Amino acid sequence: MKGFLKLTWVELKLFLREPMLGLFTFLFPLMMLFVFGGVYGNKPNDFFGGYGMVDVSVPAWAGLIIANTGFLSLAVSVATYRERGVLRRFRLTPIRPLAILVAQVAVLLLMTACGMALLVIAAKLVFALQLRGNLVSIAGGFVLGSLSIFAIGFLLAGIVSTARAAQTIGMVLFFPMIFLSGSTIPLEAIKGAVRAVAEALPLTYVVMLLRGLWLGDPWSQHLTEVAVLGGVLLIGASLSSWLFRWE
Amino acid sequence: MQGKAVVEVENLRKSYGSIVAVDSVSFQVNQGEIFGMVGPNGAGKTTTIECIEGLRQPDGGAIRVLGLEPRRDAHALRPLTGVQLQESALHDRLRVWEALDLFASFYPRVGAWDHLLERLGLAEVRNIHFAKLSGGQKQRLFVALALVNDPDLVFLDELTTGLDPQARRGVWELIADIRNRGKTVFLTTHFMEEAERLCDRVAILDHGRIVALDSPEALVRGLGRGVRVVFAADPGLDLQPLRSLPSVTHVEVIGDRVVVSGREDRLVVDVVNALSAVGCRFRDLRTEQPTLEDVFLSLTGRAMRE
Repeated sequence: MKGFLKLTWVELKLFLREPMLGLFTFLFPLMMLFVFGGVYGNKPNDFFGGYGMVDVSVPAWAGLIIANTGFLSLAVSVATYRERGVLRRFRLTPIRPLAILVAQVAVLLLMTACGMALLVIAAKLVFALQLRGNLVSIAGGFVLGSLSIFAIGFLLAGIVSTARAAQTIGMVLFFPMIFLSGSTIPLEAIKGAVRAVAEALPLTYVVMLLRGLWLGDPWSQHLTEVAVLGGVLLIGASLSSWLFRWE
Repeated sequence: MQGKAVVEVENLRKSYGSIVAVDSVSFQVNQGEIFGMVGPNGAGKTTTIECIEGLRQPDGGAIRVLGLEPRRDAHALRPLTGVQLQESALHDRLRVWEALDLFASFYPRVGAWDHLLERLGLAEVRNIHFAKLSGGQKQRLFVALALVNDPDLVFLDELTTGLDPQARRGVWELIADIRNRGKTVFLTTHFMEEAERLCDRVAILDHGRIVALDSPEALVRGLGRGVRVVFAADPGLDLQPLRSLPSVTHVEVIGDRVVVSGREDRLVVDVVNALSAVGCRFRDLRTEQPTLEDVFLSLTGRAMRE
């Protein structure tokens, strides 16, 4: 336990020492907010069912933050640790592999949540963001969505053999998902065959769940999303623990 | 000195595809000794030590470490052992003190580690990021990490590679101190001088087999080559008085050097007396003893460095 807590603390410091990670987790969502919010404002309109652009986009941008930490930060850092022999060195100490992985997840979950909190606060202050939902529900949805995307990140880290490959495949997953899942382009604007593709992406379910909870939907209206994300989490976590390699 | 066996290896075998890295190796390491495994690159040293550490699965043979089986009982062994790998890395932005602090937190039993920073000359870089350290500083940091839990048994794979001579001596002293406190050290090196200075017993490995195993002194003595006295003298020196000395077995002239081979302690005194008696002016006189390098050469027919 002592080792796990220390490792988590060290991983947190290391995350904050990596300027690129902070840039994408904290500044990129703010940039989205000010660019789109600046262009479209947050006036209620019918296209978004009586809410403003910012009201529906802020919960959707959570998908952007989660995808970034899950597909890019997490997969690359685990693959880098393995490729460079850091995991091999850890293996020779009493720390358990689960503790190493949970420390990574804890830090990235916290950082993802901080990125989200920053976005919400800025949107509230500048664009009078509306929040109809219950904060505990939203936090629950956020954690479920994050963990299921992280599970895909771990799976990716387990499959590839180098950090470079993890980064390349992470990008290949990241870009289509952020554009098609409703994280950047609103889901209302995605139609036809593209919509079908969007509905095959796990990140889409994160966005749908969070948008719903944000505007006060009960969980019972989002059982599909919960089932999909729970399934991805379960399958991803079991596959990646089965595929886990120290070197 | 001879304690109980802390490492027992019997008929260890390991191949990578068609390449046999370790071929029926058996030996044991006793408590309280510094045991060295020497040999050229590719001799199988790292494969052997990594099988014993539990990092690699042997193809055959039996290994016991502190009475335990390294792969099956890995979790029971980890707190008792310390390991420095031949190749290793940490996060680029991890500071030296954080690395020690982190690794110390993994162990149930751990003392202060500040003295390790001092002893290994890392005190002045304690706040430096891992990526900014020199090769030698990284190497010393990994030695420190291997010792952070005050282990009963330490594995050191090529521990002084990349160190300058002064740092190397410092590390040797530290390792000898650890042995003197009753701990056991198992190291590999391709650096014969290191094995000779540091190790209580040495196994010489070549092509995956142990070709000799004994104390460095016994290995050198086993060569039966005795001592050589080498000096420079004016041309035309009459070698007959030297050849007739009882302690001399062989005299030869190589360029302006005279090389006198003979047995044991009397040789130097006898040669100097004989030269003085004939009034020969000699220069640069020195004695040469065979080294582990010569042992390796005579066992394998090849020099260590190629």
